Amino acid sequence: MDEILEILAKDARISAEEIAKLTGKRAAQVKKTIKHYEDNGTIVQYKTVINHDLAKETNSFVRALIEVSITPQKDVGFDYVAERIYSFPEVVSCYLVSGTYDLLLMVEGDNIQTVSNFVASKLSPMENVKGTTTHFMLKKYKEDGQMLKKANNRKRLNISY
Amino acid sequence: MKVSKKVQELAPSGIRAFFDLVLGMPDVISLGVGEPDFVTPWHIREKAIYSLEKGYTSYTSNKGMPELRKAIAHFLEKRYGLSYDPEEEILITVGVSEALDLAFRAILDPGDKILIPEPSYVSYGPVVDLAGGKPVYLKTHVDNGFKIAPRQLAETARKGALGLLLNYPANPTGASYTKSELQELANVCVKNDLMVVSDEIYDELTYDFDHTPLATLKGMKNRVVYLNGFSKAYAMTGFRLGWACGPAAVIAAMTKIHQYTMLCASITGQMAALEALKSGFKDVVEMKREYMRRRRFMVESLNELGMTCHNPEGAFYVFPSIQSTGLSSLDFAKKLLQKQRVALVPGVAFGPSAEGFVRMSYASAYENLKEAIVRIKNFLKDT
Repeated sequence: MDEILEILAKDARISAEEIAKLTGKRAAQVKKTIKHYEDNGTIVQYKTVINHDLAKETNSFVRALIEVSITPQKDVGFDYVAERIYSFPEVVSCYLVSGTYDLLLMVEGDNIQTVSNFVASKLSPMENVKGTTTHFMLKKYKEDGQMLKKANNRKRLNISY
Repeated sequence: MKVSKKVQELAPSGIRAFFDLVLGMPDVISLGVGEPDFVTPWHIREKAIYSLEKGYTSYTSNKGMPELRKAIAHFLEKRYGLSYDPEEEILITVGVSEALDLAFRAILDPGDKILIPEPSYVSYGPVVDLAGGKPVYLKTHVDNGFKIAPRQLAETARKGALGLLLNYPANPTGASYTKSELQELANVCVKNDLMVVSDEIYDELTYDFDHTPLATLKGMKNRVVYLNGFSKAYAMTGFRLGWACGPAAVIAAMTKIHQYTMLCASITGQMAALEALKSGFKDVVEMKREYMRRRRFMVESLNELGMTCHNPEGAFYVFPSIQSTGLSSLDFAKKLLQKQRVALVPGVAFGPSAEGFVRMSYASAYENLKEAIVRIKNFLKDT
């Protein structure tokens, strides 16, 4: 991966000037490269990893991982069915996977009821969906390589040879 | 109680008081640390924990676990084409620090001279001294990237010396040597029959060219005691684990001292080290990339501030000049600490040639480095 992307993947707020310093490139060049990545869709979005347990949200919400078995469509394969499923805003992530089922979804809703309703009334009745298994998430420990628990400050001596 | 004359005469570190000042001050941004800021990779820590659960809590063979010695031999062969016999030519030590002590006690007779490039890591002179030898310093200069020149080595060697203590990449200057530069030094060593104790603990943190172990050069393997360890490459300082490779006779002599004074390195550390060698190289590569970025940031930022800073070729230190401030390195360090709460090590700690410079470690999170640069900028404005 391009070093610029590697740096941005860890810290989306870092400026082009700083990236230039870290990589030894010129700032104008870095800006141009970032713009190029944004235009061609390599960089999709800049987001923040939030620990919802600590965010004191007024309206709680639940997440579920849903395994979905589907029948692929002639000519268009899995993609067509997947698109019909991931277009629902409730679906926050969607992966095609190998193994005993085909799609792995992460679905978000206000409560267990809304997620259940989504599965029962939207997902399961779709003609190419053969079956679903829903796992409600109880706790999130790590997301996108980031541990959500704040690490204890490790004590190094402040000065040593 | 009586203290030996030898120890009484050993020069105390001139900046101990400054260290105490740093350690007693809260909210310090520290660029003064001589160890990685990364924690040991989890798979290595997990292996150490597992070995404890399994009850591996005993002594090991004096030389270190045979599997670990074999793994080191295999690693050196693969990495550098350097072959050592794990039975006769490798010793596991409690860090390179112990290995240095053993090496000099094993080779020195009273009064033997050891040449040490300076600025140098703080323990080199005292270790030679304690072993009965006489350190002779080779001054280096920023204009030459703090490297010793072959002619300088030859001239000093001709006055009579048993050996050379080489450290590259170097703490504190970051100086290192390319293969051809090393070859020139090696030729001088062969010609003058110098032994070399080569401390290559920062080898994996070489940025601008490939590291070449001195022992791989023609005519050198029989005169080099090659020291390395796990502290810097694998962020394992607290495990205290290093190794020494060299001619069987020297390793046997070092082992003799080691068995009486240390017995063996900790088995937990050895277990962890074995895991590091088996599957830790990916971590090394990742850490190195991160250090490289920080090095660029520091060198460029310091030069922008007018603190002339040469590009260090390795380790994780920058060694900028503070001569533009007119302060001594110790005064600079003290004032920076008191006014802006940034800690660094004054050059003078590493020898007289290092006066006018300070050592800043970039083994610190990027956010800290950024904040430190802002504070140093403020400090320079007020000075």
